[in-house]
Amino acid sequence: MPRSWKTLLGLAPVAAGLIGCRAEQFPQSTLHPRSDFAWAIQDLFTGIFWWAVVVFVVVEGILLYAVFRYRARPGAPPPRPVHGHTLLEIAWTLAPALVLVLIAVPTIRTIFHTAGKAPPGALRVEVVGHQWWWEFRYPELGIVTANELHLPVGRPVALELTSADVIHSFWAPALGGKRDVILSRTNRIALTADSEGVYLGQCAEFCGASHANMRLRVVVQSDSGFAAWVAAQRAGPVAPAPGTLEERGRQAYARSACIACHTVQGVSAGRVGPDLTHLGSRQTIASGLFANTPENLARWIEDAPALKPGSLMPKMVLTPEDRDAIVAYLRSLR
Amino acid sequence: MSASATGLRGWLTTTDHKRIGLLYFWTALGFFLAGGLEALIIRAQLAGPNRTVVSAEAFNQLFTMHGTTMVFLALMPLTAALFNYIVPLQIGARDVAFPRLNAFSYWVFLLGGLFMNASFLLGAAPDAGWFGYANLTSKQYSPGLSIDFWLLGLQILGIASLAAGFNFIVTILNLRAPGMKMMRLPAFTWMTLVTQFLVITAFPVITVALVFLMFDRFFGTSFYIPAGGGDPVLWQHLFWLFGHPEVYILILPAMGIVSEVLPTFARKPLFGYTVVVYSGVLIGFMGWGVWSHHMFSTGLGPVADSFFSAATMLIAIPTGVKIFNWLATLWGGQIRFTTALLFAVGFIAMFTIGGLSGVSHASAPADLQQTDTYYVVAHIHYVLFGGTIFGLFAGMYYWWPKMTGRRLDERLGKWHFWLTFLGMNLAFFPMHLIGLLGMPRRIYTYGPELGVSTLNLVSTVGAFTIGLATLVFLYNLWRTRRRGAPAGNDPWGGATLEWSVSSPPPPYNFSVIPTVQSRLPRWHTEHHGPMPDPPEVPPAPVPVPGGSWWPLITALGLPIMATGAIAHALAVVFLGAAVLVVGIYRWAYEPFEA
Amino acid sequence: MTHAAAHHTSMGLDSRKMAFWAFIGSECLLFGSLISTYLVYKGKSLVGPYPHEILNIPFTSFSTFDLLASSLIMVLALAAVQRGDVRWAKIWLFGTAFLGLVFLGGQVYEFSSFVHEGLKIDTNLFGATFYVLTGTHGAHVTVGVIWLLTHWVQTLRGKMPTPMTVEITGLYWHFVDVVWIVIFTLVYLIQ
Repeated sequence: MPRSWKTLLGLAPVAAGLIGCRAEQFPQSTLHPRSDFAWAIQDLFTGIFWWAVVVFVVVEGILLYAVFRYRARPGAPPPRPVHGHTLLEIAWTLAPALVLVLIAVPTIRTIFHTAGKAPPGALRVEVVGHQWWWEFRYPELGIVTANELHLPVGRPVALELTSADVIHSFWAPALGGKRDVILSRTNRIALTADSEGVYLGQCAEFCGASHANMRLRVVVQSDSGFAAWVAAQRAGPVAPAPGTLEERGRQAYARSACIACHTVQGVSAGRVGPDLTHLGSRQTIASGLFANTPENLARWIEDAPALKPGSLMPKMVLTPEDRDAIVAYLRSLR
Repeated sequence: MSASATGLRGWLTTTDHKRIGLLYFWTALGFFLAGGLEALIIRAQLAGPNRTVVSAEAFNQLFTMHGTTMVFLALMPLTAALFNYIVPLQIGARDVAFPRLNAFSYWVFLLGGLFMNASFLLGAAPDAGWFGYANLTSKQYSPGLSIDFWLLGLQILGIASLAAGFNFIVTILNLRAPGMKMMRLPAFTWMTLVTQFLVITAFPVITVALVFLMFDRFFGTSFYIPAGGGDPVLWQHLFWLFGHPEVYILILPAMGIVSEVLPTFARKPLFGYTVVVYSGVLIGFMGWGVWSHHMFSTGLGPVADSFFSAATMLIAIPTGVKIFNWLATLWGGQIRFTTALLFAVGFIAMFTIGGLSGVSHASAPADLQQTDTYYVVAHIHYVLFGGTIFGLFAGMYYWWPKMTGRRLDERLGKWHFWLTFLGMNLAFFPMHLIGLLGMPRRIYTYGPELGVSTLNLVSTVGAFTIGLATLVFLYNLWRTRRRGAPAGNDPWGGATLEWSVSSPPPPYNFSVIPTVQSRLPRWHTEHHGPMPDPPEVPPAPVPVPGGSWWPLITALGLPIMATGAIAHALAVVFLGAAVLVVGIYRWAYEPFEA
Repeated sequence: MTHAAAHHTSMGLDSRKMAFWAFIGSECLLFGSLISTYLVYKGKSLVGPYPHEILNIPFTSFSTFDLLASSLIMVLALAAVQRGDVRWAKIWLFGTAFLGLVFLGGQVYEFSSFVHEGLKIDTNLFGATFYVLTGTHGAHVTVGVIWLLTHWVQTLRGKMPTPMTVEITGLYWHFVDVVWIVIFTLVYLIQ
């Protein structure tokens, strides 16, 4: 009878194995740990998984055997009316209890190990969830950025999570488990990334219309790469040369409604939307939704709510010239 | 009015537990189809990346109403249908303890369900998830009517569940036939009793949680609003204090059904009856101490996380014990492969998978990677579809002959089972992997870069297979009305009292109240021969209470009040309250003796 | 619900009474949740007025005494009904309801003086938790008063309510009193 699920479950570890070889195809996978936090969870889950396989095989095996072996046969005598068996009851109470102890002990050890306590000297990053984008602030470095979290490889990091509005959940699976992002409290994640790369993540707690569009990426860099990024982010915004399209864009930006919500250091100081001082240096726009290309940026500025339902950024009424100039200006903010 | 009142009036005024059971069944089936349709639209949207079958806003309404409908309007009322029809028969009673209160529960459920779904007509269906996490539900972030519909609808439905809870507790404790000691109660009745205790203790908590939300939204308080000093996490505690017992409210009845179906079709008594009963009671108790395992990512600290991890794992023990006892019931039996048995065996097979993935959620760190992903969606559907719905289908095929006098077609039944089985595994098994590969739940779209497109397509195919299976079931119900094989009193050779009377039973159930001498009154046991069935014709006329309009009229007061609240029309609220009060008084002073 | 009473019952307990005990169990969870929330939010108000500035313990002690006295009179009312004494049943039933009304009057006075002193339901967490908790209790007292007055009107018409009905009314009334004792202790006395 239940062959279909048997085959399917048999495939699960195989599939997991296959996946293990091709991490790049699954950039948001929990099965490809890239930090100590993620590895601790992976090791724990692997143990639980194999226990589950054992229990599964035992239970379903007995079930299948019983169902086939004890089919009603014409003319067979009525079955013996067995009411119970005390020793058996004790046995199948103790056996699962034992397995659960073997799961509970490493579980509790891992709970305390991954409780979010970072060693002294860890790089502090404040993560602020907004409907529907991520703000990353590096208080020691004086950097404010959005939607792309840059981390140095091999160095402990302390994430301090809080929200500007509703509850969100910060989740970048390659780097570990999720933690909720709540206005009234600060949650903590401590981790050390172990390999360079770009890992995807996204909000994991339902937070309204564009919950699905609240994505993020984590760029784990070598020490020198990270240092270069820090230096670039700490520099002021690029000042366009007079007479260029970018300069016209800067003027149009400064005249536009954009400045009410966005910061470009020295030009505007809005705090509602992401800081744009170094927008040109990011891989994506609109909280990880689109590649950072001139076309996408223009479409976004024209009608953000059409691309991201519920977006607080309204349709911007701009002449095509102004729009193109602003796009050129923002792209130049590297 | 007499119990034999026919036509529409007969149904509107009925207080007969059997008619009320059928009303629950058909109404809940309707909501089940609505919830299923919502699921199919969700799966159509998620069949591939970046699809635009529905908008983000519509998707959020659909998944919210799918969850809310399935939990409160389909599964709970389907279990209520069986409680109503079967429990009085199983304990040898002529009706429930409070027949009019029973009718009231049904009407409140129906009207509450209609009220909540009326939100679709205004384009304001609830859209913050069935769990409605604060502070997204605050006026600031959900300014429309959707959350108001949700919270008022749930309050109404809570009243229905509470009233039924008191009724069934008293019925089971107090209306047992002579000799029907507690430890002779059929397992299904036992699980009903545990379920009702959970209902009357869990629903007050969600009532309070919803009252706070109502005050936040209507009167400007800050129970869940950080700006006013409130803590949105309070909602999570209250909701899951209710919500976890609610999970057992949904699964225990199915466990009870399986505990009836397996012995009948294996021709063996339930193995370890006492242990099965006590583990059900234990699950009910322990269900109260594990709520925060829904909140591991909330950041409650390592001590709380450790406690709730360990407590949750403990629950797996009585659950495992039940499974082993069911296996032992089958062992050495003479198993007849009826559709009811297939669904019961399917229950064990599928629920085991749901239980095992549940253990990985119980481990707090592992859960940090799994919670709010499709892995949880897989888990709850193995438990609530593979568990509760399989159990309910087993119960329907088992008791349908009793309820209608005709058996459901077995050939169609087997098609129904195998298509459901195939469909559910296609739909839900890939979700384990989809979740582990990083797809969160409750997202209306995802990009191709996640690498989960094919798995999602498979899942959608599975969901539509379930839809097809459900059509087979509906056809079977329809066909059986005229062409089903007559059931006789006892089509399966059952051991319990419901099989000793005609199908469907007469209005008074038992011509003579039976005296029970064993746990399996209709079977031959070591000490007792089978009990003789009550005579076809009552030796003395059995009085049957007439119907009453007042349960329906009283129930109408509630949606009127809720409508007034939605419209901010105080006069309408008072009108509803007046209907309620008048209804209660007329009810209280109505002569209701037969 | 007379139907159920006529039945032989397995536990030897009247079905309505048993249902009522179940109801009281359920109510405990309701008040338990309300009281827990009050305690969890104690001291978390961002702005005043705060409990110690506003709660009037002497006045509320009087209300508490009043409600306790009503419980005593309820016992007398039930005894009168049980021995079929219409005259005293009339008096004690009304007496219980009257003391209930006095309590409600006190609550109306208390609420309005608090509002006057600047504590509205949306002022702070104290206001929200206090009004919802004591208001829910007040609503229960109101239902009890209406219930008692219904019995009283019955006796005025010369129709004695059955002892079982009054016993259940009394059960409810005593429960509501006990809840008040808990609220009085946790909200007023232990600040």
